[in-house]
Amino acid sequence: MSDIRPELVRGLTRPRAAAPPARTGVSRRRALQLMGTGLVLAGCGVDGQGGKAAVGRSDVREYWSGRSGNGRLRWANWPGYMQDDHETIKAFEKATGIGVTYREVIQETGPWFGKIQAPLAAGQSIGFDLMVMTNGIQLEKCRQLGYLAPLDRSRLRNFAANAGPTYRNPSYDPGNAFTVPYQSGITGIAYNTRYVKDEITSIAQLFDPKYKGRVGMLGDSQELGSFGMFLLGVDPERSTPADWERAAAKLREQRDRGIVRKYYTQDYVDAVSKGDVWLTMAWSGDVYSLTSPDVRFVVPEEGGTLWTDNLCIPRTAENPVDALTLIDWLYVPANNAPLTEFVNYITPVPAVREIVAADAAKATGAERRELTRLSTSPLVFPSQADLARLRHYRRLTQAEETRYQRIFEPIAKGS
Amino acid sequence: MRRARGRFTPYLMILPGGLWLAAFFVVPMALMVSLSLQTGNLVDGFRQTFHWQNYTYALDTYRDAFLRSLWYGLLATAACAALSYPAAYWIAFRAGRHKSTYLVLLLLPYFVSYVLRTVSWKLVLTDNGPLLGPLRDHGILPQDFHVLDTGFAVVSGLTYNFLPFMVLPIYVALERIDPRLVEAAHDLYASRAQAFARVVLPLSLPGVLAGVIMTFAPASADYVNAEVLGGPRDTMVGNVIQAEYFDNGAYPVASALSFALMAVLLLGVFAYARALGARGARSVLDVAAGR
Repeated sequence: MSDIRPELVRGLTRPRAAAPPARTGVSRRRALQLMGTGLVLAGCGVDGQGGKAAVGRSDVREYWSGRSGNGRLRWANWPGYMQDDHETIKAFEKATGIGVTYREVIQETGPWFGKIQAPLAAGQSIGFDLMVMTNGIQLEKCRQLGYLAPLDRSRLRNFAANAGPTYRNPSYDPGNAFTVPYQSGITGIAYNTRYVKDEITSIAQLFDPKYKGRVGMLGDSQELGSFGMFLLGVDPERSTPADWERAAAKLREQRDRGIVRKYYTQDYVDAVSKGDVWLTMAWSGDVYSLTSPDVRFVVPEEGGTLWTDNLCIPRTAENPVDALTLIDWLYVPANNAPLTEFVNYITPVPAVREIVAADAAKATGAERRELTRLSTSPLVFPSQADLARLRHYRRLTQAEETRYQRIFEPIAKGS
Repeated sequence: MRRARGRFTPYLMILPGGLWLAAFFVVPMALMVSLSLQTGNLVDGFRQTFHWQNYTYALDTYRDAFLRSLWYGLLATAACAALSYPAAYWIAFRAGRHKSTYLVLLLLPYFVSYVLRTVSWKLVLTDNGPLLGPLRDHGILPQDFHVLDTGFAVVSGLTYNFLPFMVLPIYVALERIDPRLVEAAHDLYASRAQAFARVVLPLSLPGVLAGVIMTFAPASADYVNAEVLGGPRDTMVGNVIQAEYFDNGAYPVASALSFALMAVLLLGVFAYARALGARGARSVLDVAAGR
């Protein structure tokens, strides 16, 4: 629902011990001395681990040599990214004999990075062999810090044969050195037609005082910042810090005029279906698979964001060969089709469309209607013209990232 | 020999606790102070530069969230005290032999996970939910009225979640008041109100003061309630620290905010204890320690 870490909260439910008696046994000078020792102890700082994004053949060979499959695999993914009955996983287990432990533990890229960063920096296992991360600030950090296993392309034959052209060699991971796409999606606007009587077509409507207290925005600073820039007619990928400032001013005004009801993570789906918010920033597949017929999804005329969630293997994985087997297996169109039929995001395997269309022809009644809608949906199989309207997150250098975060982060944090 | 052993006994006794405090309190605290003065980022690493601007930047950028935390903490503490005193009073003086039953009943909800309790409020308070939906449909509430995602919801959530920290010390203080003192007051022609104001209330005050300290500090530093029940302008400093530390890897800013919050809370508690005077403070600690 929301990104609360139970380990941080647990302590609060226990009664606290009382504060110690305020007897000043330690003199001020002594206290300062102690503090000084602490500072010296701690003064060495934390060493940087960056600059590991470039990999050569020898790195790949070194990582994979001597490794073989262990017949098991632990996969960390986002909610709603697999059939409820895990049909695709079962099919994989049957085909390969590899047992899969599947957990929906990723709610937002930032907190997920926060969770895995410490063990990965220490070279420890994170308890998963495969994870799904969105292109953006945190994935870039994982690449730079050497947290990801370099992929052995010689074991990704189905990917080589079946991946769509836009999914190879993406700008955020040249040569697919560390990542292979799982699904793509669009950030646009969802609105509940029970409450919103006008047709929603543009981002400007998210800023309309008419919907005061009924607008939801995504709290992630890349999502939020991109929408602020779309409003100004700026392409986020070509934006400058001056554009960021202008966009932030608009977003701040929207918040301070009481138009924004809340900054959401995953929980906007619930809020817009129940009517707590009437219109909200949203992710295409979430809304497509909503059972409520009242909620509609649109790609705004100013533009929408096209992002890609990527399969990647943490360097400390215990079963990386099995993870790689799964990645490649998902690129067989017949294996990928049932997944796409359920999750309704954009598959990186274009041949899936024919399979969905063929399934639709075979099916009857409601299922046929559903599959036909899917195979013809521009949200799931966007045309080149649709794709041309979509933009990507801006890639940020370390210095730019600090600046970007300082401009956009406080907005969703109420300051 | 005997005398020497006797002399070292107190030190030996504090050794385990002292080591524990040194390892898990003093060292992390020193690390935090050091980190709050460093510059850098995760990729390039952090270096100690005694960059005091981390504090000015953090407090300037997140001033609203910082002040809001103290304000919400204060409101929740006041609400807790107002709710707890009558309840504790009734259990201590009127519940007879069922005292412990009522006390357990009062604490029963707190055996459920903290996060779950807060999230379940969300289900009850949603705009078209079981509570607000009917009220609005019958015209009792205006159309655009809502509770969820407001400061009111956050303070209410804090009050609910930190209630036991207030109830228990007050109950302990009231429970140990000798009823014969009240009887004596009546014998000396005090009315019920006078007996309460001149005997019961002063004797129970240490409990209230202990409860205030134990509620205010964790309530101001909380982040669950603002996250689940709050709106865009209800973020508390705990949420900011969490996001800066975990999401952005901005360790220095997060540490500076944490340390500033701790400093303000400590100063507050010290000032509070001072205002009570040494005796007041000691009896507060007695009650807090359950003596």
